[in-house]
Amino acid sequence: MNSFSYFHDLIIPGGIIIAQIMAVLMPVLISVAFLVYAERKVLALIQLRRGPNVVGPFGILQSFADALKLLTKENIVPANSNKIVFLLAPIITMVLSLAGWAVIPFAPNWVIADINVGIMYLFAVSSLGVYGIIMAGWASNSQYPFLGALRSAAQMVSYEVSIGFVIITVLLCVGSLNLSKIVEAQETVWFAIPLLPMFVVFFISALAETNRLPFDLPEDESTLVAGFFTEYSSASFVLFFLGEYASMILMSSMTVILFMGGWLPPFDIFPLNAVPGVIWFVIKIIFILFLFIWVRGTFPRYRYDQLMRLGWKIFLPLSLLWVVLTAGFLIVFDMVPNSL
Amino acid sequence: MYLYSITFYIFSLVAVLSALMVISARNPVHSVLFLILSFVNASGLFVLLGAEFLAMILVVVYVGAVAVLFLFVVMMLDINFVKLREGFLQYLPFGALLGIVLIIELGILFLTKSFSENSLSQFVQSPQINEVENTKLIGQVLYTDYFYLFQISGLILLVAMVGSITLTLRDRGQVKRQNISSQNFIDAKNAVEKKKIKLGEGI
Repeated sequence: MNSFSYFHDLIIPGGIIIAQIMAVLMPVLISVAFLVYAERKVLALIQLRRGPNVVGPFGILQSFADALKLLTKENIVPANSNKIVFLLAPIITMVLSLAGWAVIPFAPNWVIADINVGIMYLFAVSSLGVYGIIMAGWASNSQYPFLGALRSAAQMVSYEVSIGFVIITVLLCVGSLNLSKIVEAQETVWFAIPLLPMFVVFFISALAETNRLPFDLPEDESTLVAGFFTEYSSASFVLFFLGEYASMILMSSMTVILFMGGWLPPFDIFPLNAVPGVIWFVIKIIFILFLFIWVRGTFPRYRYDQLMRLGWKIFLPLSLLWVVLTAGFLIVFDMVPNSL
Repeated sequence: MYLYSITFYIFSLVAVLSALMVISARNPVHSVLFLILSFVNASGLFVLLGAEFLAMILVVVYVGAVAVLFLFVVMMLDINFVKLREGFLQYLPFGALLGIVLIIELGILFLTKSFSENSLSQFVQSPQINEVENTKLIGQVLYTDYFYLFQISGLILLVAMVGSITLTLRDRGQVKRQNISSQNFIDAKNAVEKKKIKLGEGI
């Protein structure tokens, strides 16, 4: 304790942490760019169009060109806005969508922070996401963003309740809140099979939680211009955009960990289990992201009262019932994991 | 180890400063935002103590749900900032009195040294925190020793919920509601009726 050296006590541990963060966040940010490209391409195919095809081969560099264009524009802060909160909101959205990656296990032991309450941390971070939106809507001091913010606050709080119960159902089958242990518990069967209704509820709630179609009422362009980010331009708009897509990837990796066995191969047989875990993890995330885009291409937007009805009157009772059923089943058949 | 203490000081400093800003900020929305910052830093302190479950519950319940609704309400209120500050001097003596009483009580507690670890453990039946996850430890105590208290707190919350619903629910009479199931059961048989109308008579 008394021999304090900057090098051994601060620089080395701090440097290792920063290197780990960079190793995770750089791929995430780059994959956001390709997700935007993939979304435009898939939507184009659904609608029998070509999609972006000019910048780079097959238009693959389109997102980078868009980002460059946005970043070189002027950042306009409305005169009547609350300036500090206005500029803080996109930063908070961005930071929160990246903070969750700290606990995601990409493969056995490939995780920055293997904490005991990993799933609670993810749930907490995703529930904080609403602040970026509320702050943006309020600080803009404008009608459309404010309406978007109010819609978003009600929507995200409603769907978090059913997400919470779905997580509890999974935890009952695992007996731990550690994300790596949740994945290891699915070695015999992925939870998507015995808990199929909860998988569906979780996926639909994830759409609502990330404000994606058919639940994108906070940014509903046909009624609210662009919703909560109407007043944003340039870099602050980019931050919202990046944050939204990064949290989409985060929610899909959460779905993969909870229901689709994380890094585990579908069957534990030779050619499949020779593939590294991280590749399985990425393939599954891409599959869920494709579902996100597919839903966007095929479903019309919900009306607001229908959205609330779905959250409170259908998903909440269903997930509550499923918690009780799962707990009863585990006790009756004496399958409670790590019982004391 | 030094990284640990630096983190502790950052969290506690920000928590105390943002708590101060909660009561001194002019704009109520800023106050709520500082309150949220204070909550988050308090949960950071919980993590440093090794109470990760409490830390996450603090963020999920208070920051993720309670403070959202709080912010929601404060944003919607039409607050006159000038009027809000008028009563400041009037309430100052009362507030100061409460603060002084609190400080004296805390001082007595520390001076009599009854707040040390040994005496505290006589009152609280807590399991030893070593290698077991603290989620499990809380479960072991909460659902065994404090089972009745846990049930009673659940009942209190239920009563509060029923009470608030009864207070706010009012019959607004002519409200048009969508009946989804009746809409879904409409088909050609019950939606369209075929009638024979005689010439010159109508229905």
